[in-house]
Amino acid sequence: MNTPRRSPLRSERRGDPEKTSGTFVGMPAFPEAASEALLDPQLRHNLSHATGTIRAKRSNVVAELPEWEDLRLAGAAVKDATLRSLDTHLLRLEEQLTANGATVHWARDAAEACAIVAEVARSHGADEVVKVKSMATQEIGLNEALEAEGIAAWETDLAELIVQLGDDLPSHILVPAIHRNRAEIREIFRTRMAAAGRPAPDDLTDDPAALAGAARAHLREKFLRAKVAVSGANFAVAETGTLVVVESEGNGRMCLTLPEVLVSVVGIEKVLPTWASLDPMLRLLPRSSTGERMNPYTSTWSGVTPGDGPREVHVVLLDNGRTNALADQVGRQALRCIRCSACLNVCPVYERTGGHAYGSVYPGPIGAILNPLLKGVGNDPQTDSLPYASSLCGACFEVCPVRIDIPEVLVHLRSQVVDAHRGDRRPSGESLAMKGAAYTFSDARRLERAEKASSLAGRVLERFGRTRLPGGRAAAGRLPGPGAAWTGARDLPAPPRESFRAWWRRTSGGTSGGRSGGTP
Amino acid sequence: MSAREEILARVRAALANVDDSVAPEEVPVPAGRPAGDDLVDRFLERVADYRAVVKTCTARGLAKAVRDALPEGARVVVPARLGIDVPGAVVDDGLTAADLDACDAVVTAARIGIAETGTIVLDHGDDQGRRAISLVPDLHVCVVRRDQVVADVPDAVALLDPARPLTWISGPSATSDIELDRVEGVHGPRTLHVLLVR
Ligand code: SF4
Repeated sequence: MNTPRRSPLRSERRGDPEKTSGTFVGMPAFPEAASEALLDPQLRHNLSHATGTIRAKRSNVVAELPEWEDLRLAGAAVKDATLRSLDTHLLRLEEQLTANGATVHWARDAAEACAIVAEVARSHGADEVVKVKSMATQEIGLNEALEAEGIAAWETDLAELIVQLGDDLPSHILVPAIHRNRAEIREIFRTRMAAAGRPAPDDLTDDPAALAGAARAHLREKFLRAKVAVSGANFAVAETGTLVVVESEGNGRMCLTLPEVLVSVVGIEKVLPTWASLDPMLRLLPRSSTGERMNPYTSTWSGVTPGDGPREVHVVLLDNGRTNALADQVGRQALRCIRCSACLNVCPVYERTGGHAYGSVYPGPIGAILNPLLKGVGNDPQTDSLPYASSLCGACFEVCPVRIDIPEVLVHLRSQVVDAHRGDRRPSGESLAMKGAAYTFSDARRLERAEKASSLAGRVLERFGRTRLPGGRAAAGRLPGPGAAWTGARDLPAPPRESFRAWWRRTSGGTSGGRSGGTP
Repeated sequence: MSAREEILARVRAALANVDDSVAPEEVPVPAGRPAGDDLVDRFLERVADYRAVVKTCTARGLAKAVRDALPEGARVVVPARLGIDVPGAVVDDGLTAADLDACDAVVTAARIGIAETGTIVLDHGDDQGRRAISLVPDLHVCVVRRDQVVADVPDAVALLDPARPLTWISGPSATSDIELDRVEGVHGPRTLHVLLVR
C-alpha cells in the first residue's frame, strides 16, 4: 500500500511522533495518554459535540419503545444462554455454514487469523482486498499483517477511510474518526486521496455531503475491481449458518456482494442460537448505536448463493482471548457486548479524553473491561491502568442494550490488578489509578463537588427513591444542576454513598480499609 | 491439537464451573408494536423520515408511477421477473459490476415492509433480482404492495427465510461519520423512491 505512514496533521497536534504512528502498540498507559488528550481543545470540542448529538438521538428513539427495558432483559438473556453452552452453538454454526457451502476456519489468536486471511487472498492471486469496518479485524491488526504480505487492505467505511488516509488511529467503535471535524477531514482528503487512488476534486468543500461524495467516487473503482473482500459480522446465527452485517453507507453491501471471494472474521462470542433470536438484537442495536429506528442497511447471508454474490465464502472463528474472558465468572458478561458504543457516548471520562487514551481498538467503558479480560492483567501497565479509567458513575450500565454491569466488572478487575502486583516494586495499579483520576478530570475540584452532590443524592434516593430500575437498583428521576441534562431522558442509578475518591482519602488509598494496595 | 479442538477445549474449560442442572432463567422477548388501523400510514411516514421519496399508487397506475419516478433518459436495469413494463429498461442477465455502474436506476419489487422502523426487506427473489442490481445504480425505485407491510421487526423475522440472502433497507445510503450528523448518500443508492401499491 502506498499510503504515507505518518500524518503531518497528527504529528503537529500531538508532538511526539513515537505516539502517533498508526498502531496502538507501545501506547503510554491511560493516565499519561489522557493527560495529553486533555491538552487538545479541538479534540475535546469535536468529542463533546459528537457525543452530545448522539446521546440526544438515542434517547429520543429509545423513548419510543415502552418495551425497551424488557428488550434489554431479553437481549442479555439470549446472549447469556448462548455463552453458557458456547461449544454446542459453535459446532452447530460450523455445521450449518459448511452445509451452506462456506469454509470454516478456527483461529486461536491474531497471528493465526491474519495468516488464514492472507492465505485466502494469496490463493486468488489478490494484491488488494476491500474491507468493511470490523472491530475484530482491527483487533487482530489485519491491515498491517496483510501489508507485510504485500496485500493492500482498503478500508471502505467513511470514518475508517478518514483514519486510514490520515494514518491515524480509530477513537470510537462506531465513528472511528469522531475526533476529526469536517475541516480536518477535508484537509486529509485533499492531501492524501491521490496517493491511494482517485484524488479528491479540486473544489472540495467541507460540506459533509461533498466529503461523502468524494469518498463515494474514490472508493467506487476499488469496489468494482476487487476480487477479495474482508468483513466481520455483528451476529452469527448457529441454527441457520447465517452471518449478519449491520451498516449505514452501503460499503458493506458492496464488499459482501461484488467481489468473488468473501472472508469474514467473527469472534466466537458473536454467535446467536436461533434465527428468531435475531429479533431482539435488531431492535436493540440500531437505537443504541446510531440512535435510529433502524440503520440504513442490514445484510444477512447463509453461505454461498448461486448466481448472487461471492462464489467462495470463508468464515474465520476467532478466539484471541475470548475464552479468557469467558473463564472469568464476573467478567464473562462483557462477551454479551454488541459493540453499539452507547457506553462511550455517555461516559464522562471518554468525553474528556477521547478514545486514543485507552490505547486499544476498544475504547471507553467497554474497552476498560474488555481489554484486561481478553489480555489478562499483570502483563502490561497500559492494560492494567484501564480498569481505573472510570469514575464508576454507572451511566454505561444504564444505556447498555445487553445490560453489562460495567462498574461491577471494573471493580472486580481492579482487585485483580492489585493482586497481580502484590509484591511489585513498580507503582501498583492503584497508584496508577490516582494519576488516572487526576489527569482524567481536568478540573478536579469541580468533579469533587459533583461527586459529593451525587453521593448525597445517592443517600437521599436510597431512602426516598420510588423509581426502581430492573434489577432493583434505586433510580433518580432527574438530578438538579449539571446532572440535569444527563438524567433528563434516562434514569440514573442511585450513586454509591461514597465516591471512589472519598473512599481513597478515608482509607489512605485502600491500605487502612482492609485491602492492601501500593503506595499512592 | 488443531485450533478447532483447542478453542473448543478452552471454551469447555472456561465453562466448567457452570452448573448445567440449573436451567437459565427464561426471559420472554417482548412483543413488537401491534398492527393497528394505521399500519400502512405508519410505514409510509417512517420511510419518509429517512428522507426517502414516498409515493402511493393503484395497481392500475403502477406502470405509470414507475415511469414518473425515473428521470428522462435514465439507463434503467430491472430484474428478470419484475412484472412491470418499464420501456427501454435492461433486463439483468448477469451484467458485470461495471455494466451496473453505467446504469442510473434500478426498479425492483420487495419482500416485506416493516411499519415500526420504516424498513423494506428484499429477499432477492425473481422480482427483486440479485443483490448487486439494487446496490450499484444511484436511484432505487422499490415497489411495495400494501399486503406486504407488517407491523414490527418480530413479524418480519418470523416471515423471512434465512436461507435466502436478505437486504434490509431503511432509507437511502447514509453516514453519520462526519460529526455524527446524518448525511444521505455514500456508496449505496443516494435516492430511494418507494412506491406503495394501495
Ligand atoms: S458494553 Fe453495552 S453499551 Fe457498550 S458497546 Fe457493548 S453493548 Fe454497547
